[in-house]
Amino acid sequence: MKKLVVKVTEVEALSPLVKRFRFEDPKGAALPVFSGGAHITVEMPEGETIRRNSYSLISDPYDGSAYEIAVRREDMGRGGSRYMHTRVQVGDEITISAPANLFQLDLRARKHILIAGGIGITPFLSQLRQLDMEQKPFELHYAARSRAEAAGLKLLPEAAHIHVHISEEGARMDLGAILDGQPLGTHVYTCGPDGLIKAVADQAARLGWPKTAVHSEAFIAPPPGEPFEVVVRSSGQTITVKADQSLLEALEAAKVEIDYSCRGGACGRCQTHVTACDGRIEHNDHWLSEDERAEQKTIMPCMSRFKGARLELDL
Amino acid sequence: MTMQFNDETFRGDYTFHNSPEAIRRFPFPFDRDSYAYSVNIEQHPGGPAGSPFEFAFDVDEHYVAEMNDRAITLADDPMRCQSLPHMELAGWDLLELIMVSKARDYPELFSLSRDGTSWHWINKPLGIEQRFTFLDATTLPCGPLEYITRQAQGDFALLHEREGNLWLDAGMITSQADWSLDFDVGMNFFEWHAPVPKARKMGVFDKALKFLLAVTQEQSYRRLNWTMTVNPRLDTSPENYHKWGPEKRTITPENVGAKQFLRVELQTFWRLPRSNALAFPIRCYLCSLEDLASQPKWARRLHRVLRDIDPDLAEYKGFAVNQEMIVKYLAQFDDGAETSPGIFPD
Ligand code: HEM
Ligand code: FES
Repeated sequence: MKKLVVKVTEVEALSPLVKRFRFEDPKGAALPVFSGGAHITVEMPEGETIRRNSYSLISDPYDGSAYEIAVRREDMGRGGSRYMHTRVQVGDEITISAPANLFQLDLRARKHILIAGGIGITPFLSQLRQLDMEQKPFELHYAARSRAEAAGLKLLPEAAHIHVHISEEGARMDLGAILDGQPLGTHVYTCGPDGLIKAVADQAARLGWPKTAVHSEAFIAPPPGEPFEVVVRSSGQTITVKADQSLLEALEAAKVEIDYSCRGGACGRCQTHVTACDGRIEHNDHWLSEDERAEQKTIMPCMSRFKGARLELDL
Repeated sequence: MTMQFNDETFRGDYTFHNSPEAIRRFPFPFDRDSYAYSVNIEQHPGGPAGSPFEFAFDVDEHYVAEMNDRAITLADDPMRCQSLPHMELAGWDLLELIMVSKARDYPELFSLSRDGTSWHWINKPLGIEQRFTFLDATTLPCGPLEYITRQAQGDFALLHEREGNLWLDAGMITSQADWSLDFDVGMNFFEWHAPVPKARKMGVFDKALKFLLAVTQEQSYRRLNWTMTVNPRLDTSPENYHKWGPEKRTITPENVGAKQFLRVELQTFWRLPRSNALAFPIRCYLCSLEDLASQPKWARRLHRVLRDIDPDLAEYKGFAVNQEMIVKYLAQFDDGAETSPGIFPD
């Protein structure tokens, strides 16, 4: 994957937990333009290891002068967001990947309904601009607990088709009302907690929407867990995966070559064959089917962990 | 050095010809003495200076003649260029990619000046000058896909990604090896590949699709595919089979060296930025057996590959009827010596 070195030119607190970062080319050259819903992977070097987290781009996709992301601080996570919040300053140079998109708009749609929960607003911020430029009809629904927590408010334009639902103020999002009566050929996109994604999918199914018109992106970083050991088949090397590390990060730290793109269990790129498994793989990805999970013959190292006596990977 | 463009035809009197330099830079597709389907993919652009791999979009001595041939095919059959409505943005992405690449790689032939969305394009070999507004199709004489691919050698497929698959939703296809855009448009990766023998069972297409879906912008790839064509004809389409199919029967032991061509497709894969569509340019190169035999390594190797090829592949690629004559002709150049690894001539 192509990497870019960029300079941090702005850091702004959008809410107590969310910061916005702006990146520009150090020499002022244009960055590659991108499509609404795309993300970048940010490298965070800490001593020997490089942590990498993926974040949705929130800036204008057709504007190559800068990229912007919004990062929510997750104190229970592996430390990536903490690093962004406490270590990254204006003037720093950091390494990112070129944009990739696992949550693109389906431009065949007659109308687009975007439903965001909390920090799940981020991919929609670039999509909104693309939809505006393409002059496509859309509605955005943004649900948050409180106005103080709704970091997206500062980034959203005021417009009749942008609806904010603050549950603390009693304005809960009514999915039935949103989805019912939409014109044929409408597509719905959801980003947020798993519960919201499921609720939208269920509601759409009840209303008879075709599955292909229902899109979602679960916004997750690899969960921390118990430390475990893994054996690399080609070299016989045993590697320890620490509690706050993903299996992918541990393999990278040990200089084992492995491919990746999303680092969030969605793209399939890191899929690895398991050659021995005495224990249970904790599958946390969105890629493998139920059957593949049950077989325990393949694992997605960017998200998944292991509990047991021995795990050997075909690497 | 300024490039000389051949005055030549790809139909009728078939005056197409390769200069000695064009023969030496021909993308010979075999890196060993045998052939089987595989996911033969590497990074693109990149390769020896002067090779067809050096630049994003190779421009060679056949440029002007190929563009004339495309115009003839399109005048007969406008359905060779189709774009479903949601693919217009991908057409703009492709136009930008080609214009930017050509102006950068061949500054003596092409130039592009951009001031915001006001663009000014000059194509010297074809004598075209165009001022237009980027992303505004009313400022071009036709859609962006058709506009730019009337000025770029090779066929172009634009794929829309959805449901974990790729859909052939737009293209400019006038130099194809016996398949039809009008038939395949709207199909997915497995549907349009259905006629290919053996490959699906070998798992080639599952792996290839997975690879393509993971292609990201700023990182493109290529692969070579090949077939055999009688006479240097670009438009070997099913629509016009009645025109070129019977020509297969005109091969004799005397003319096989001059009339039988190895047809190589340099296929590249690009993730487009604004549309997130995948562009799949298919550039066709032709070389007669007689010209290939000027490189002893190629003649030896081609003899062995075509002699030993799986009969199903010879049938699918359409040269089984002439295989014996081709192999006999090539045998005279094969002294049994070892061939060096890789595709380039010695
Ligand atoms: C998205 C990009 C691609 C497009 C649009 C495409 C399109 C096609 C089409 C239209 C055919 C002719 C099928 C027929 O007989 O009707 C074909 C053949 C074939 N394709 Fe693809 N293809 C793509 C990518 C690939 C890739 C990545 C591979 C990698 C293995 C591949 C392997 C093949 C093979 C082996 C054949 C048979 C060719 C022969 O033997 O002459 N294709 N492709
Ligand atoms: S890197 Fe995308 S699924 Fe693991």
